Amino acid sequence: MLNVLTDDTVNPVEPFLRTDRMPHIWCPGCGIGTTVNSFARALIESKIDLESLALVSGIGCTGRVAGYVKLDSFHTTHGRAIPFATGLKLANPKLNVVVYSGDGDLSAIGGNHLIHAARRNIDLKVICVNNLIYAMTGGQTAPTTPGHATTSTNPYGTFEPAFNLPHLVEAAGAVYVARWTTFHVRQLSRSISEAFQKKGFSFIEVISPCPTLYQRRNKMGDGLDTMKYYKEKSKVKNGAPTSEVGLTLNGEIAVGKFVDRDRPDFQSMMRAQYVEALGERYIDEPAAECCCEEC
Amino acid sequence: MAKGRVSIVVERCKACGFCVEFCPTHVLALSSAFNSKGYHPPHVVHPEKCSGCDLCGMYCPDFAIYGTKAAEAKAQKASGGEK
Amino acid sequence: MKADPRGVLTGTHFIDGDHACCEGALAAGARFAAGYPITPSTEVVERFASRVPTVGGSFIQMEDELAASIALQGGVWGGAKAFTVTSGPGFSLMMEHIGYAAMTETPCVFVDVQRGGPSTGLPTLPAQADMMQARWGSHGDYEIIALCPNSPQECFDLTIKAFNLAEEFRVPVMFMMDEVVGHMTEKVIIPPADQIEVVPRKHTHKSIEDYLPYGTNGDMVPEMAHAGEGYKFHVTGLTHDERGYPNMTPQVQDKLVKRLQNKIRSAADRICMFEEERLDDADVAVVSYGITSRVAQRAIDMARERGLRVGKLRLITAWPFPEKKIAELAGRVKAFVMPELNLGQMVRELERAANGQAKTFAVPHAGGGVHNPDEILNAIVEASRC
Repeated sequence: MLNVLTDDTVNPVEPFLRTDRMPHIWCPGCGIGTTVNSFARALIESKIDLESLALVSGIGCTGRVAGYVKLDSFHTTHGRAIPFATGLKLANPKLNVVVYSGDGDLSAIGGNHLIHAARRNIDLKVICVNNLIYAMTGGQTAPTTPGHATTSTNPYGTFEPAFNLPHLVEAAGAVYVARWTTFHVRQLSRSISEAFQKKGFSFIEVISPCPTLYQRRNKMGDGLDTMKYYKEKSKVKNGAPTSEVGLTLNGEIAVGKFVDRDRPDFQSMMRAQYVEALGERYIDEPAAECCCEEC
Repeated sequence: MAKGRVSIVVERCKACGFCVEFCPTHVLALSSAFNSKGYHPPHVVHPEKCSGCDLCGMYCPDFAIYGTKAAEAKAQKASGGEK
Repeated sequence: MKADPRGVLTGTHFIDGDHACCEGALAAGARFAAGYPITPSTEVVERFASRVPTVGGSFIQMEDELAASIALQGGVWGGAKAFTVTSGPGFSLMMEHIGYAAMTETPCVFVDVQRGGPSTGLPTLPAQADMMQARWGSHGDYEIIALCPNSPQECFDLTIKAFNLAEEFRVPVMFMMDEVVGHMTEKVIIPPADQIEVVPRKHTHKSIEDYLPYGTNGDMVPEMAHAGEGYKFHVTGLTHDERGYPNMTPQVQDKLVKRLQNKIRSAADRICMFEEERLDDADVAVVSYGITSRVAQRAIDMARERGLRVGKLRLITAWPFPEKKIAELAGRVKAFVMPELNLGQMVRELERAANGQAKTFAVPHAGGGVHNPDEILNAIVEASRC
């Protein structure tokens, strides 16, 4: 008995999607759509005002999220979602700015911007979907690809050490660092909600399958096989030292909330400095005040 | 009376199998039917076991399935439903 | 509308071009800048950093020019007028994002205080060798507007003009200064705010349901919305349709890219500014821009003293290139002389526009200093013999 779409209920995610652009381009078994579900649930549960939410992405499979969500969304250049998001946030501090991008985009070409935004503690929520590969362009090695994996640019196997992203962003200064996989749909949603409550640079890594390229070339099965691997090999280690959460090919995946600390965000520090230096002469007005004729 | 109900958007499904695998009460199985892209979408084989937890909806990467609690479904119907 | 007086430092100043440019930006309503230090442009943002906390808005020094050139665009979409400032090596780094601004129709200003190149070149010495790059530096087909000031006063006045053009045409505007104009100190008069015209953002008045981010009503420039206003629009660098959605087909590409080009080209008459002097009886027209135009002025005066019939055409707008003016002049004069602080860049446009109707004598200079007026005079003399 095939239970087809009934008229009287609606998928809770549906209002967040640009349904006129469905179906999306992601492959069968790709986990990016799953992360979007968690994201949408987090928006619902956190009761975030969608009108003051902006989503910025870079280039890659995950970068396409910007085009599928019904929000003010910006699909920018490769690696530069974070600086664009910084400009958005500084011009209009009332915006809630989410950066949604992939591991190659954020940690390779975007690496410099990642560490500086974390250092400055810019109030951004960064969701990094890590499929351990450059998927969109056909499966090249990423800084996150574990050693001894086969990729199109390491056809004889990778030999470089991979980034431990939670460790990197913690060291750079992030105030909230968590990692989940696409198996951990509810925990991911909860982490995203927690990040929305925090002021400062939050980084949530989501390990996700790329069945077409990473898993296929490494004979790891399909998306479902990968999800089962996540279920089996993930270990929740809340508060673990990030130096110990590196990933290996087929090894244990440490997940959980690793870092949750408080330090003043960029704009608070900026304001405090100007108030101290200038006192009443400081005009604390965001850049976006009135460049139009009538506001 | 089942506590929940599954709704399936057949044409969006890519038969990844996540919903079938991760439904806690094994309500679903991949059907032998095809959608227009040639995928086997899931179908409900144990409707009475559905709790409306919506884990299927949370896992589905294609936004092709979701579960609603029976009480919710009634409430949505009462408010005219949202499309 | 009139300038916001809070950003206008009315009065008579003795400042250099870099400082005047910053004041021009503030007068135009710029309240966000993202910069990265590079000689000889750094003073523009240094001044902005010190002015903006008492005017309103913010400045951030980014980690590189790649970040600066896109952060300013985030600032624009967040609702501000924004700009960045750089020189040769940074300009090269910014090219991808200049293309992004052109493609997404993000109104903004990129200031390039040109210095000797290529590569690290001559960080503290002038050149005018980024002129072609300003037009063609990013990949793909797109149009930009480029302005060339030749004095600190113009660095003030034309920066306002640059912002106004950016808003009117939703295009990145290249403000092509050079190291001499940037570092020369002259009198700059900043008028009262109510005497300064600024063009406001072309913000949509349409309802959320009716608004199309890249829809046009025949004037080729779409109306804009900002993040946070409820429009929930999508912006992408991919080829897109009127909804802003990626739509990667030859048909949509043709429509979009041609509109981006035509919105500037069809308004070239309005956009092109130049200064002409004594061209009515001229046999030779000296065409120049930026600091070179001031050296050329000397050469023209010397030539006139010798009885040669020479006139001046100073380009204020370098791009779009004033083809019509050149074509018209080419029918009247025997020859053009074009000195530039480069080995021949805009002179190619001049030749193209002249279309063989008049001869062209380039006066190249590899950069690092300005021409000796005699070099230009010699070219004028040779041109007069045509």
